[in-house]
Amino acid sequence: MEKRVTFKGWLLPLCLIAPQVFISAVFFFYPAGQAIWQSLFIPDPFGLSSRFVGLGNFEYLLGDSYYRASFITTAIFSTLVTLAAMIPALFLAVMADRLVKSAGAYRTLLIWPYAVAPAVAGVLWLFMFNTRVGVVAWYLGQLGYDWNHVLNQNEAMGLVVVASAWGRISYNFLFFLAALQAVPRSIIEAAAIDGARFWRRFFTIVLPLLSPTTFFLLVVNIVYAFFETFGVIHTITSGGPQQATTILVYKVFSDGFVGQDLGSSAAQSVILLLVVGLLTVLQFKYIEKRVHY
Amino acid sequence: MATVTLDNITKRFGRDEVIKGVSLDVADGEFIVIVGPSGCGKSTLLRMVAGLETITSGDLRIGGVRANDREPMDRDIAMVFQNYALYPHMSVAQNMGYGLKIAGLPRAEIAAKVADAARLLQLTELLDRKPRQLSGGQRQRVAMGRAIVRAPSVFLFDEPLSNLDAKLRVQMRLEIRELQAKLGITALYVTHDQVEAMTMADRMIVMNAGRAEQIGTPLDVYERPATLFAAQFIGSPSMNVVNAEGRDGALHLGEAALPNSTGHAGPVKLGLRPEHLRPDPEGPITMQVQLAEPLGANTLLHGRLATGDSFTASLPGVHTAGQGSGALRLSVAAEHMHLFDAHSGARLG
Ligand SMILES: Nc1ncnc2c1ncn2[C@@H]1O[C@H](COP(=O)(O)OP(=O)(O)OP(=O)(O)O)[C@@H](O)[C@H]1O
Ligand SMILES: [Mg+2]
Repeated sequence: MEKRVTFKGWLLPLCLIAPQVFISAVFFFYPAGQAIWQSLFIPDPFGLSSRFVGLGNFEYLLGDSYYRASFITTAIFSTLVTLAAMIPALFLAVMADRLVKSAGAYRTLLIWPYAVAPAVAGVLWLFMFNTRVGVVAWYLGQLGYDWNHVLNQNEAMGLVVVASAWGRISYNFLFFLAALQAVPRSIIEAAAIDGARFWRRFFTIVLPLLSPTTFFLLVVNIVYAFFETFGVIHTITSGGPQQATTILVYKVFSDGFVGQDLGSSAAQSVILLLVVGLLTVLQFKYIEKRVHY
Repeated sequence: MATVTLDNITKRFGRDEVIKGVSLDVADGEFIVIVGPSGCGKSTLLRMVAGLETITSGDLRIGGVRANDREPMDRDIAMVFQNYALYPHMSVAQNMGYGLKIAGLPRAEIAAKVADAARLLQLTELLDRKPRQLSGGQRQRVAMGRAIVRAPSVFLFDEPLSNLDAKLRVQMRLEIRELQAKLGITALYVTHDQVEAMTMADRMIVMNAGRAEQIGTPLDVYERPATLFAAQFIGSPSMNVVNAEGRDGALHLGEAALPNSTGHAGPVKLGLRPEHLRPDPEGPITMQVQLAEPLGANTLLHGRLATGDSFTASLPGVHTAGQGSGALRLSVAAEHMHLFDAHSGARLG
């Protein structure tokens, strides 16, 4: 027999879900609805009136080479951020997992960067790589490398990727470490007796057993790279040079608030909404099938 | 196939000395059972042989070669774990073939060896399943299969049957023994179950608190236990131990006087196995029966002696004598009396 609490009537259940519904309504459904509504209009240059254009904004965006470039930038950026946030985290976790003593101290130290807000992290990295006063930029100069992320597109991309991924390494590290420590010791020992040395064991036994964690972190990090890196980009490059670091979220902001084209900006956020929804569905539908148990 | 030699092996975890000097010579193809109560260091000893724990001091030789500093993979051993430790993301066939794949054998050869082992263990139907789709007994077989495909020199077992039900345990115990005899591979087998130890071992090592109390064949240990601990640990129901005193050429326990074969004088511990007691109207031992447990083939009688020591007798058949609260007189043959030093617990005579 199934044990389940059942409510009589509808008032109590309604009250119980009301706070969640209210929050979702105010912070998600209302703005999303606004965005969809606005995406159907073009405001006049003074913002006094707006004209209904149907799907005109979307039509324009799809033909816009800058917008398509931003798509590619976003794909590159989020791939790099996800890799740069996950691979070092996994490596550190594997190393920390091997420690018997003082693993706790490393864990504590490694979690600190996560406490730094993305915008602050951005400023931090910006100062280190500042073309005039940055320590790292100066040091690179001494080595004969002329660092200038203000002009060089690849360097700008590299810098925002590193600044974005840096804080996330902590977060991923914690999850990987917990997952590593949950791998039964005897399985590792059995593999050792079967003849597998450390890295062989890692790739054939440990990594497959980590796949649920890896998959979860993959989703979380991609969503992070898509949305929460705004502060980093805004402080370091403001999307430049020549839009080289203008990811979709940043373009929503710069077109809407800087360029004052609210209709296009709204249409972009609607597209973003669809893209992220699609990504998540795809990930859960197809990648999860290949995740072991 | 190889000999295994443990030469005064010790193990310390921090300051705790967990293994306090164990020496053992295992002959080629011999089946050694390490038995003892929980926490006595059985697993630790086995894991040192496997290379999963470092050896604090002493020498380990496998096949005559010192192996203390060798990695587990270089010791030519295979181990079956209590929880089986199967790789959950691999099929049964992949689990069994993993070691061979790492050794770099060609695919066809791996498949052939896995198929052979599977046939031996009746796993052929299950080769494509994942471990989670198997019953406990089947997982146990897969773990066995993984150990035998590599044809190692030494098998190590750490309580491999303790997660199985009683009936399956009896069956697997026979199968493991048969398999080991057929393959002729030296085996070290850890258990806390003295019945497993008695039935499987060529020789057993009875451990207590990091020491080997006795090393010998099962019958040796049963018939001539070297210490009080070994005497009480092996045998079911366990041996009665009562305080006695050697005086005037006889052994006195309270009013009763028994022949004293060792001639030992002074306080001693006397051990009497319940199954060696015989009902005898003239017998020197008088027991107040408090509880009778009929087991069918025999009856266990629990009660006390006049001295207050609790006492158990196992008499053949359904026994009604002394039912309720009667007195029962018992005798015991001289060769079935075990005397131990009252302080050290070492066997006397
Ligand atoms: N890694 C370790 N660190 C510290 N102490 C340990 C460690 N492993 C085992 N011990 C201690 O060593 C002693 C022997 O442990 P071991 O696992 O060998 O016992 P065991 O005889 O196998 O017991 P069981 O029958 O319960 O499996 C125990 O007192 C245990 O607490
Ligand atoms: Mg154990």
